[in-house]
Amino acid sequence: MTGQKLAPNSRPETGAFFQRDREWHPPAFTPGYKTSILRSPRRPLVALNNTLSELTGPVFGHDIIGELDNDLIYNFAAPGEAAIGPRIIVHGRVLDERGIGVSGALIEVWQANAGGRYRHKNEGYLAPLDPNFGGGGRIIATEDGSYSFRTVQPGPYPWPNGPNDWRPAHIHFSIFGHGFAQRLITQMYFEGDPMIWKCPIVRTIPDHHAIEGLTAALDMQATIPMDARAYKFDIVLRGRRSTLFENRLEGN
Amino acid sequence: MAQTLERLKESASQTAGPYVHIGLMPNFCGIGGVYAHDLGATMVNEKTKGERIRIKIRVIDGADTPLKDALVEIWQADAAGLYNSPSELRGSADPNFSGWGRQATDMTSGECLFETVKPGRVPFIDGRPMAPHITAWIVARGINIGLHTRIYFGDEEKANAQDPVLARIEHRNRIGTLIASREGDTYAFDIRLQGDDETVFFDI
Ligand SMILES: [Fe+3]
Repeated sequence: MTGQKLAPNSRPETGAFFQRDREWHPPAFTPGYKTSILRSPRRPLVALNNTLSELTGPVFGHDIIGELDNDLIYNFAAPGEAAIGPRIIVHGRVLDERGIGVSGALIEVWQANAGGRYRHKNEGYLAPLDPNFGGGGRIIATEDGSYSFRTVQPGPYPWPNGPNDWRPAHIHFSIFGHGFAQRLITQMYFEGDPMIWKCPIVRTIPDHHAIEGLTAALDMQATIPMDARAYKFDIVLRGRRSTLFENRLEGN
Repeated sequence: MAQTLERLKESASQTAGPYVHIGLMPNFCGIGGVYAHDLGATMVNEKTKGERIRIKIRVIDGADTPLKDALVEIWQADAAGLYNSPSELRGSADPNFSGWGRQATDMTSGECLFETVKPGRVPFIDGRPMAPHITAWIVARGINIGLHTRIYFGDEEKANAQDPVLARIEHRNRIGTLIASREGDTYAFDIRLQGDDETVFFDI
């Protein structure tokens, strides 16, 4: 069950979320990514000012998190074994557009193994499964929005789109903030990967700054010597208006 | 030059892809032992207040084919019209109701089923009551940014007729795409991604 309460001195915010910049996000119809052709709404979205149904959202308590949920190297491995691949730590903050940390955000991640193979029945890539790698993990951000997890760097993989399309190495992220209107799924890429700019899924995003915003930076200072390299990846959710000078009919 | 606003840009959305289950519903796709159960799989328990209902959802593409790799999340008020959220300041929601559910469409039938309760009415921005409704969010391979829609109830004709959100939909013949039809305790709701009956999706 959800329903975690915030710290007593932090009054929950109830302002409307900033309008989503639809020019910054990928449009629904992106023919270079063929699956979008039949799965893209063609009519304009109906604009809806946030009501309580969009302003509120589920918040998750630490009771859902197991000891190894943030450690993909060990959370599926047999006792005494570990996933194979380059060991990395991914860390950063979940912020909103005002730069404020999103306390208690739930981050769920999934990825291919070091060879580029997913543990999924619909997956047919010839790279082998790693018996000690499941590929999923989750974390609840701290009060200031910080999070971290440990994993192996995923491999690139081919996919049926064009005759020779490959995904760059990436980790999928799903994020819950404080309101359902903030709900977001995205992907993290790795600094310096030449495959990023060739990928039809990456290229659904029109603005290259937005793509750079999904590219994690190698962070040698957070690296653990002789153990794991680190990548820093900040995630930005929608910000919300202050309600300081607003007359509200409900609430308070 | 003026001062800068120093706002950040929201992280750009990317498709959930075909393997979304690994991260969000590992038990559903056969990855056991990582999480005890999939988050959002259960919304109610034996103590939850309100009328028990089921919502059967399909997500249908432009070739009339149900998606077998979609993931749907729903968010709703409890039977008294309160949200189980820290931002709900009008009162305390039923502690035995999460208000949030997550299901994947079945890999053979393309259907997913939510067991929940009928939500109470929640006020619109100006205080008028909205008709009972559920917010739904759909992601899948081929969907570049999650789609938001609402599920209204076919047996709430009077409330639906006065609903301030439905009233804003300019093309009146599209309102039916947001209304689930009731049979027994089950409401059926088809989400059509495109075509003549394309579901109304909201920019919230
Ligand atoms: Fe992927």
